[in-house]
Amino acid sequence: MKNTIITNNLNAYFGKTHAVKDINMKIGERVATAIIGPSGCGKSTFIRCLNRMHEVIPGTSVRGDVLLDGKNIYDGDVDPIELRQKVGMVFQKPTPFPTLSIYENVSVGLKLNGINKKSYLDEIVEESLKKAALWDEVKDKLKASGMSLSGGQQQRLCIARALAVKPEVILFDEPCSALDPISTTKIEELIQQLKQNYTIVIVTHNMQQAARVSDWTAFFLLGELIEFGKTQEIFTNPKDKRTEAYITGRFG
Amino acid sequence: MKRSKLTDFIFQKVSAVFALSAVAFAILILFIITKEAFPAIKNFGFPFLFNTRWDPVKENFGALTFIWGTIVSSLLALIIAVPISLGTAIYLSELAPSKIRQPLSFLIELLAAIPSVIYGLWGIFVLVPLLRETIQPFFAKYFGFLPFFQGDIYGVGMMAAGIILSIMIIPTIASVSRDIFMAVPHSQREAALALGATRWETIKLAVLKFSKNGVMGAVILGLGRALGETMAVTMLIGNRPEISLSLFAPAATMSSVIANEFTEATSDLYVSTLMEIGLILFGLTLFLNIIARFLVWSTTNKASFGK
Repeated sequence: MKNTIITNNLNAYFGKTHAVKDINMKIGERVATAIIGPSGCGKSTFIRCLNRMHEVIPGTSVRGDVLLDGKNIYDGDVDPIELRQKVGMVFQKPTPFPTLSIYENVSVGLKLNGINKKSYLDEIVEESLKKAALWDEVKDKLKASGMSLSGGQQQRLCIARALAVKPEVILFDEPCSALDPISTTKIEELIQQLKQNYTIVIVTHNMQQAARVSDWTAFFLLGELIEFGKTQEIFTNPKDKRTEAYITGRFG
Repeated sequence: MKRSKLTDFIFQKVSAVFALSAVAFAILILFIITKEAFPAIKNFGFPFLFNTRWDPVKENFGALTFIWGTIVSSLLALIIAVPISLGTAIYLSELAPSKIRQPLSFLIELLAAIPSVIYGLWGIFVLVPLLRETIQPFFAKYFGFLPFFQGDIYGVGMMAAGIILSIMIIPTIASVSRDIFMAVPHSQREAALALGATRWETIKLAVLKFSKNGVMGAVILGLGRALGETMAVTMLIGNRPEISLSLFAPAATMSSVIANEFTEATSDLYVSTLMEIGLILFGLTLFLNIIARFLVWSTTNKASFGK
């Protein structure tokens, strides 16, 4: 299996707080990798290092390498703006832009790149909304505000928005934690589909979710990577006692 | 038990009376002004608003020159103050390092604490000579083909009043806008950044669009302050009730005419006319403030909803 992302001794800090410690991980191409662990274990911070979103918070710093297709994204010649188009992100709470319509929400990333050709935008908007399993629900009201949708629909709109800029990797930061069970199921089904074409990294504190959607699972504790392996093995035959304790619900 | 109930009861009623007294004063002022203005309203009727004459000897009074002066000086102030204030607010909420943010915010808000007579004094001794000797001749020379920059140069006049007003309303617009920008949920900025937006695009997409109505409210609050400002304007505007397109020309505002002429108003009708002008000004600022508060409230409300 080809690896899309490789981290070498990745460390992340908030001021003096050492949030992510010496992570060495190989994230496979076109599979879903889940990051699990209790609150505050550094899992969100870790994935924010993968698209250089960690550094937008004042006072933070990163040490170590993150190789994307063999190229270190922390090299001086890498533009974080371009990187973030290759490595898209979906957040914990749906974040549609409230003043933009559904159509504009999806096309906004392309517009930022100076693409204004109407026919091309139409095509990409439709394609992205279809990939995000939202097209049938919104095709007749593309001009309506993104805020008029339900929470689950808003989250799929944000997925469509991320897909429109044609990323290679999509990072999901607890994408279902603000959603009801039915919306959660839809997002999970969507992630299952997306992993056929995209490299997916999903942070979740819901272990069943990790088991359902991911092929690989990493268990983080106190900023360290405790165990990383095939999802089935992590859940049925964990090698580390702490992993076992966590997945059997003894803490967290 | 009984004793504490009684003191609570008295405390509650007394504080309610204090709270209501401010509202009562406002209503009372409105009532008195209306009552005092009534003879003038009856005498001049609706045409008062469109009459450009101001002749205390013949008691032929019209408010249009003052309404003109008030609106033009305030709009001029907005044209200067809005870009500066929004730039300041964006810097304070989005770009400034946290070490600079606090002291700079404090200093800008301090501008609002300077008594307006001091602005007027500074205007007379610094701004007016500068306008008369340097700035206005420059405009007359290079932009003299426009009607705004024609005519005699005095220094005092519409331009001086507009500039001083703009400085006085910058703290209002800047600090309210900054609060509105800071109320935009952080997740909106992150969403824009994660899409590959640059810093400026993030501000435009996530912050400015989100807070459009609230910023409009901040601008109207500034406008309300400019419309009612009296002392500094009276000292700088030249106090000549005439309608002129030129920004060099002296003019007068509703507040400046009241401040200047209440001591000279010997007849009952004269006093009543000044009261009517006060009533128009009061109504205008009240109306604008209500709209502004509503706009600011609706934006910050939306922001807390989006969190």
